Amino acid sequence: MDHPSQHSSSFYPLSPIPYPLSPIPYPPSTIHLFPMRYIEPHGHMVSRTTDDYEKLALSGCEAICEPAFWAGFDRSSAAGFYDYFRQLTEYEPKRAAKYGIKHYSWLCINPKEADDPGFAREVMSIIPQFLDCPTVLGIGEIGLNKNTRNELAIFEEHVQLALDRDLPILIHTPHLEDKLKGTRLILDSLASFSKLDRSKIIIDHVEEHTISHVLDAGYWAGMTLYPESKCSPHRAIDMLEIYGSERLWMNSACDWGHSDPLAVPRCALEMKKRQHSAESIEQIIYQNPRKFLSQSPRFI
Amino acid sequence: MPSKTDLLDLQFIDVRHKLIDIAAFLDRIDRHPGEQDHRYEALKNALPLLLTDRPDRARAVLESFSDHTTTLPQSAPFQGASGAAKF
Repeated sequence: MDHPSQHSSSFYPLSPIPYPLSPIPYPPSTIHLFPMRYIEPHGHMVSRTTDDYEKLALSGCEAICEPAFWAGFDRSSAAGFYDYFRQLTEYEPKRAAKYGIKHYSWLCINPKEADDPGFAREVMSIIPQFLDCPTVLGIGEIGLNKNTRNELAIFEEHVQLALDRDLPILIHTPHLEDKLKGTRLILDSLASFSKLDRSKIIIDHVEEHTISHVLDAGYWAGMTLYPESKCSPHRAIDMLEIYGSERLWMNSACDWGHSDPLAVPRCALEMKKRQHSAESIEQIIYQNPRKFLSQSPRFI
Repeated sequence: MPSKTDLLDLQFIDVRHKLIDIAAFLDRIDRHPGEQDHRYEALKNALPLLLTDRPDRARAVLESFSDHTTTLPQSAPFQGASGAAKF
C-alpha cells in the first residue's frame, strides 16, 4: 500500500494543504548539520543488542551514560546486583568501545526495588566498592516509583551517599499519573539537604507538568523521548522553545521496553525541520550533556 | 522560527491521524460490553481541555491524569501505573 507522501500534490486535488510538504527554507547554518555528534546521556545498553551500538555509532553517538535501573523483574538477591554492577562497570564499556563509543555508568538500587528497605540497604552496602571504577559518574537513577515512604527513605540515603562522596546525582521521576506527585516529593526531599549543589543534580523524565518545578528550583532537567509515554520529539522541542536550553538535555532511555535507541538523533532531525540552527541542536544533544556530565572528573 | 503554516505543513496530517484515532477509540469502547473504567472517564474529562484557549493545554491534560493526593503509603500496594489516577 502506497503512503500518501509518495504521491504528488495532485493526488489530493481538493486539498488546500500542499502535500508533499513544500520545502522549508532552512537557515544556512543547518544545511550541513548531518552527520552530527551527540551524547546519549541515558541509555540502558545491557538490554540492547550489539547492532544497536553500531546504529548509535553510525548516528554520531560519541558517549553513552547508563544509569542502574530495574531489569524488568525483581532480582532475588543482592548478589544479582553485584553481577549487574560488574556488567555496568566492566563489560559494557568494552562492548561500547568496539564501536568507538565511550560508556559511563551511574550506580544505585532503582526505586522500584527500593520499596523493600532491608533488601535495598543490602544492595547499597555493595555500591561503595564500585564507586571508584574509572567509568562510574555518580549515583542514579534513584528516585520514586509509587511514591511510598520506603522508596523515599532509600532515595534520601542515596542522596546522602552522593553528598558524602561529592558525586553528581541522576534522578528518575515516576511514571504517568504518579509523576507530578513524585516530582513534588523529590523536590521537597532534596530541599531538606542544605549542602546539596543543585547544579550537580539532574531530574529526569520531565514533562510539561513537571519541567517548570524542576528548572525553577535550580536543577537540571532531562526529557526522555519515548514512543508512547514520557515525551514525543515534538513535545520535547516545544519545551525547549518555551523554557530555553540552559539546563536541559534529551535522552532515549532505551531499555528492554518500547523505546528507540536513536530517539535523540531523530529528535535532532525534527529540530532541523523546525528551523532550529545547527548550533542550537548541537547545544542540546552534545554541549549540554557534556557540560553536566563533566562535573564528574571521570567524564572525558 | 517557523510560521503557523510551516508547522501545519509539517505536522497537520500526523495530528489529524491521531485525532481520528482518538475518535475511533471512543467509538470502539462505547461499542463493546464491559464495566466502566476510570481510564476512560479520565480520558473524557481531559478532552474538553483541548478546546480551551489556555497556552498550556498539554500541561493541563497531564495534570488532569495525575494523582493529586498527598498521603504516602508505607509500601506500594501494587507496581506499575495505569496512566490515570483512580479517585
